[in-house]
Amino acid sequence: MTAAENRSAARAAQLLHFQLNGEAVAVAAPPHWTLLEVLRYQLNLTGTKQGCDKGDCGACTVRLDGAPVLSCMTLAALVQGRAVETVEGLGVGGEPHPLQRAFAELGAAQCGFCTPGMLMSAAAYLDDLATREAPAVDTGEISAVLGGNLCRCTGYTKIVQAVAVAAGEVIERTQLLAEMSNDDGGMP
Amino acid sequence: MLRLPELEVIIATSLTEALTRLAAGPAARPILGGTDLVANLKTGHTKAQTLVAIGQLPELQGVDASGDVVRIGAAVHQAELARDPDILELFPALAYAVGRIASPQIRNAGTLGGNLCLDTRCRFINQSDLWREALGGCLKSHGKECHVIPGGGGCVAALSADSVPILMVLGAEAEIARVQDGALVTRRTPIADLYDSDGRRHVRIADGELLVAVHVPKLPHGARAVYRKWAVRQSIDFPLVSVAVRLDLDDAGKLKQGKVAIGVLGPRPRLLALDRWAGRTLDEDLAKQVAQYVFDRSHPLPNVLYDHEYRRERLRVEVLRALRTWYAPAAVGGAGR
Repeated sequence: MTAAENRSAARAAQLLHFQLNGEAVAVAAPPHWTLLEVLRYQLNLTGTKQGCDKGDCGACTVRLDGAPVLSCMTLAALVQGRAVETVEGLGVGGEPHPLQRAFAELGAAQCGFCTPGMLMSAAAYLDDLATREAPAVDTGEISAVLGGNLCRCTGYTKIVQAVAVAAGEVIERTQLLAEMSNDDGGMP
Repeated sequence: MLRLPELEVIIATSLTEALTRLAAGPAARPILGGTDLVANLKTGHTKAQTLVAIGQLPELQGVDASGDVVRIGAAVHQAELARDPDILELFPALAYAVGRIASPQIRNAGTLGGNLCLDTRCRFINQSDLWREALGGCLKSHGKECHVIPGGGGCVAALSADSVPILMVLGAEAEIARVQDGALVTRRTPIADLYDSDGRRHVRIADGELLVAVHVPKLPHGARAVYRKWAVRQSIDFPLVSVAVRLDLDDAGKLKQGKVAIGVLGPRPRLLALDRWAGRTLDEDLAKQVAQYVFDRSHPLPNVLYDHEYRRERLRVEVLRALRTWYAPAAVGGAGR
């Protein structure tokens, strides 16, 4: 092989294997593709939005091994063997996630373009809350958690409220489960 | 829609392999989180044919606080470092500084090493290809003229890395590896000496070298450091004023020595010693003298957004606020530790 052929072989599409919303996927993508491009243009998962494409807006936020990251800045080649979650994986069995319900009830989405990214950042925060010893709803903390997600419509107030409401539900549920595991509730 | 140019990605499995690949020259670049590099490749002002992914290399991992000097691997994520119990206890201002880099998503992907090697920024560079082309380019992007200092011979784009000023006052060193005569060797350089005054290539790490870790000496009794950042928004933004202050006080509360490091000037941050005030007790009067001293020696340029004269005044205010955390913490507005 000549050097040029070598280079072109190295740049050809390569097969990526990763977990996507809990299921194994295999997809071919050229090495210069980002995770965002693979999700939207190879896997047709268009819930993840393509906004600024350079790390400013947060519309493309997905979870990588649980942590919110920007899929527009993530090389697909570096996702090999890892776990990716997108907004399509949030609800279970057709039921909306508590965050999605709260966003809908409180009118936390207007044009909706930032919503999937907001939801993915907030979902990681809710999972983190559930692991804390004394979780509490703190709107200042919610603002910080959503600090990488720009919204040009809402002014953020309703988004923060919706996340707070969903966080309250998670805390209540976590505390109830903890109480029940400490006390068998009189069950035989 | 911004896309990456065609390139090759190599996932390095050993430090030696990574170094060998990187020795090919600037067409091969190391990548960790890629939060700076990918954006710069997409907008075209950074060129590369090969990206060498180094995030999995064991030499670049972990925080080791067991000795007198804390070793932080270059691949440690900023988010991880900001909540690391050892860092929070030993260097709360470092945890605070890395916790204020960009946004949560960027801190989850971005690393300490990446922040130290952050490319310089300028309002004439961090633009689209079309924008830069319309202007005729500049010293850093295929042109011959500097638009910040017309007639200037060197690029004065700003170093905007939040972790750098605080690591400078902490006396941290960079551990840099290379392969020499087939053997892996490392060198150490103070963070204060890591940067050059030419913004085209401001990080003094040669082709074939790699930043693998940062070593931060534990603070002696009586020493503490503070980082202050001013940006327009609480999140996402690069700093427009970035300053770290470290004071070493004796048991009577008198100054033994002090340091101030200032970022977002040109490509090279500035380090000032406060030794002339040794033996003095810090109060508002002395703090104002120190703030004036820093002001007199710092000249923010019109290279990033916001008026440079305002940024200079603001720097004086942030130095004063940093110093007040020693003698009047309740009076300090805004964040900063």
